Amino acid sequence: MPATYEPIATTTLGSAASSYTFSSIPSTYTDLVLVMNTKGSTSNYCQLRFNGDTGTNYSRTDLKGNGSTAASSRDSNRSIIDIASNATNDTSNFNTNIILHIMNYANTTTYKTAISRANNAATGTDAIVVLWRSTSAINSIYIAVNTGNLEVGTTLTLYGIAAA
Amino acid sequence: MAVTRIATSSLKSLNKYDSFLGGNAYYVPPSFESIATTTVGAGGSSTVSFSSIPSTYKHLQIRGLSRATAGGIGAFFIQFNSDTGTNYADHRIEGNGATAYTDRNTSAIRALSGLQAGSTTGANIFGGSVVDVLDYQNTSKYKTIRALSGIDNNGSGNIAFGSGLWMSTSAVTSITLIPENTAFAQYSSFALYGIKA
Repeated sequence: MPATYEPIATTTLGSAASSYTFSSIPSTYTDLVLVMNTKGSTSNYCQLRFNGDTGTNYSRTDLKGNGSTAASSRDSNRSIIDIASNATNDTSNFNTNIILHIMNYANTTTYKTAISRANNAATGTDAIVVLWRSTSAINSIYIAVNTGNLEVGTTLTLYGIAAA
Repeated sequence: MAVTRIATSSLKSLNKYDSFLGGNAYYVPPSFESIATTTVGAGGSSTVSFSSIPSTYKHLQIRGLSRATAGGIGAFFIQFNSDTGTNYADHRIEGNGATAYTDRNTSAIRALSGLQAGSTTGANIFGGSVVDVLDYQNTSKYKTIRALSGIDNNGSGNIAFGSGLWMSTSAVTSITLIPENTAFAQYSSFALYGIKA
């Protein structure tokens, strides 16, 4: 059987940045998995876009807990989409991790669906489904924060999984 | 002992790492392997099955992007080894954009394992799922699955994670996925992977 689950690209931020982009993503995999461990310059949360699309083509549904309440909410017709709800970025520690699965990202028939789990032991935990209403193959992923920066030491790693 | 020319051996496909020191590409052991993939064709399919699953792994993972030919947002279920007895149970916590809730099924004929779009959700929209089947070869335990699954329809949608139980100590040799609503639609795809210990 062919082995698959390969690192495509990884970065550890050497200086604070408000965004990071994975570009020129090869189309040779079936799914992508983005693993992030983050820290914010202020309390903030991570967002994403695909292929630099700034149209209002993104939506999401979340399920979240904060230690006292479980809740669910959604955003529709957004130009950039949140991939964390309660799992905000801390300013003191790298408490936040996000694992985002981007399903069948290179197909040109379906809109793109991504599912994620985001966690911060201090603030809460989330499960999120993201829709990008485009049939284009994903070739870049833009990760940003809603305010401030991602701090030095934040890590972002993109993996590819290829089906037989 | 048989002698194999290096030029024709599997050694040719190995990655070469000059150093494991920081700054070099890190090594990921080849423990996650693709076993089989199904993409549903025109006309749909009432089930998706993986059979003759090799026994050489520790865990299995199913990764899917799927839609049904009928209904709205719905589910799909899993059965093992063609067992249609009431030997399944599941729990999940789910959000629908307004409310978080939990549900379960007991003594069921199949375990709920994922969410997906239906024919009344928007065109081109499919649900995504990652389903882990843990310790599937163990003949001393019942089998447990865990799943993360969601479908967003730009104004509606559901996201869930949950667990399922197959009350059998048999090793898993086949998996059948069954949609809640009629059939899996064209372009639905499921891939089965094996994870070594």
